[in-house]
Amino acid sequence: MIPWKLAYFDHNATTPVAPDVLAAMLPALTEACGNPSSIHRDGQRARQMVETARRQVAARLGCSPKEIVFTSGGTEANNLALSLPARHVVTSAIEHPAVAQTLARRADVTVVAPDQNGLITPEALRAAMRPETDLVSIMHANNEFGTVQPVAALAAVAHEFGALFHSDGVQVPGRMAVDLGALGVDLYSVSGHKMQAPKGIGALFVRKGVDLAPLQFGGRHESGRRAGTENVPGIVALGAAAARPLHDVAALRDRLEAGILAAVPDAVVQGAGAPRLPNTTNIRFAGLEGEALVIALDLRGFSVSSGAACSSGAVEPSPALLAIGLTKTEAKSCIRFSLGESNTLDEVEALIGAVGSAVAHLRKLSPTYV
Amino acid sequence: MSNGLIAVAMSGGVDSSAVAALLKREGQNIVGMTMQLWNQRRLPELATETSSGRCCSIDDVYDARYVSQFLGIPYYVVNFEDQFEQHVVRPFVDDYLQGRTPIPCTLCNNFIKFETFLEMAAGIGAEKIATGHYARVSFDEASGRYQLRRAVDSTKDQTYFLLGLTQAQLAKTLFPLGEMLKTETRELAREAGLPVAEKQDSQEICFVPNGDYAAFIAAYAKEQGMAVPAGGGEIVTQSGEVVGRHAGFHNYTVGQRRGLGVAAPEPLYVIATEPASNRVTVGGPDELLTTRMAVRDMNWISIAEPAEPIRAQVGRRPVGSGVRPAAARRYPGPRGRCLRRRPGAGRRVDCVASGETAWNIG
Repeated sequence: MIPWKLAYFDHNATTPVAPDVLAAMLPALTEACGNPSSIHRDGQRARQMVETARRQVAARLGCSPKEIVFTSGGTEANNLALSLPARHVVTSAIEHPAVAQTLARRADVTVVAPDQNGLITPEALRAAMRPETDLVSIMHANNEFGTVQPVAALAAVAHEFGALFHSDGVQVPGRMAVDLGALGVDLYSVSGHKMQAPKGIGALFVRKGVDLAPLQFGGRHESGRRAGTENVPGIVALGAAAARPLHDVAALRDRLEAGILAAVPDAVVQGAGAPRLPNTTNIRFAGLEGEALVIALDLRGFSVSSGAACSSGAVEPSPALLAIGLTKTEAKSCIRFSLGESNTLDEVEALIGAVGSAVAHLRKLSPTYV
Repeated sequence: MSNGLIAVAMSGGVDSSAVAALLKREGQNIVGMTMQLWNQRRLPELATETSSGRCCSIDDVYDARYVSQFLGIPYYVVNFEDQFEQHVVRPFVDDYLQGRTPIPCTLCNNFIKFETFLEMAAGIGAEKIATGHYARVSFDEASGRYQLRRAVDSTKDQTYFLLGLTQAQLAKTLFPLGEMLKTETRELAREAGLPVAEKQDSQEICFVPNGDYAAFIAAYAKEQGMAVPAGGGEIVTQSGEVVGRHAGFHNYTVGQRRGLGVAAPEPLYVIATEPASNRVTVGGPDELLTTRMAVRDMNWISIAEPAEPIRAQVGRRPVGSGVRPAAARRYPGPRGRCLRRRPGAGRRVDCVASGETAWNIG
């Protein structure tokens, strides 16, 4: 029979809620019934929970609690940040659709191409800057192949030109230490469900002094930047997730990568020449469709993804993979494996075996692979 | 991974949903898959309020997913839009613009459902595929060949659309509904409690909204930068007499009687459409009759290609569509020429449109 389920290797799509995060948020669903805006002590208790979480998130990111605006998730955080007025915007060709499609609605946007490893160099950014550039948005780490950008250097270039710098950081705080002070960014997007909090909660860091108008109206919540009663359980969970120690899966990722490369010929790691997220590897398997491999692996009990999960159902291969120089066919033969805290060495070894047999089977049937 | 896995092609309709329910009930190891073949957001000028029953709509995927959830089977949407356009939509439009009358469903079956989909199914580890077609497949020990047989429900028989299937394709295909009446399929769906048990059957060519070929062809040609059919032209008789004007030859198919807008003592039918001259030729029913027909791309199913001439019953329409098959003799040759007897005189229009699909149903 079809197994249900051996192991989950798609943590860049979303992560399971950590048991201690769930335990932390449960009182906010059950006991603390108040509205944080209410005067009574039930409300005060909810308010305390929200502000404790704000301090936890700020501590994780290296910023002031007052610089944290809670949102419904990474997409809203990106939309809010990118609603800033700007005459000219510079972004990269490997952004998540939450940034790319938001900026596509603007009139004057320059898109900077990455190098083959997916890196945006400060020189490439500088070449795209103009005197009237008011905003730069370049992600901290890519969701598909994991390249970590030299954000501090990029932010410095933006500031030279008097532009604000936003970074979509949703993939990072759950996997690596983040120090927003050192990075020097002005706006930074965070997503709860990429760091073992539930879906539906996120945050935007807004550096003190950045004048950001709200996108939705109906109250003075979040210092007037985001109307709507706070998602107290979600906020508490995000705070609890931010307070957890980092769990290093780099050794498991390296074993997975080495095991697959040893077992499967014509497999190439994408972005291998640049600093990468410690949990991510994206491997291109020549001569097959990633879509088929994802299904074949799912039926063997392993969750992985091809392209970004949000674009499944779409025909076009991932723009980010095209941007690092792959052809359409090559981009469609890429598989992303993203690890998390729950993965074990046994799971990694089992996945290596499954990938080996599934790829061999698909290639045997492939008319294009010889 | 050999576990007898069967991939069920699920359109979201009652037939393919019933197939999944039936195989699941038999205890088979199955996965549901929906082929995304056409982006309905393309050609927005064709969108209407009532564009229901269109292929690959969000509603159909929703229904297929719901049925899969209901049955507790894995379910995947696979995207074959590129292949579908290349092998089905583009040839359909090209043929039409050249005055032929193509049948996209046979192309889709030959190149997509029983080729691309079969490959995908094999790739994910399935040993067979199952579809909701009304047809039967059986293996004939004597000849060592798979046979395609008409469905038990003659009113729903779809073998006509499957006539391009090769032996290799038939060997890996299950048509569980071939033994059932449509009413039994509905009953099965109701009994199983399927959420689509009362869903209406889809009609027409799936990617053409509301059956309006001409509008689709014009919109697609425009999108692709192809030569858009010229607007008006002459309607002529075979002797060259101009009897009226038409609104674009691609609005007409051979054998068509309605919508000509020409007054004549006897009913007139379209005999040919000529893209070069932008003319539509019309004539009386007798002028549609023919005794000869050239066929190509022969597919031999229950017998291997014969060396000698054979007698055959040749049809050009699905069984039960009101056009009788004609007895014919086939002469092998590079073009697979097929000689037809003139059918008995009658009121029935028996036209041969270039580009049609002929089959031996003897």
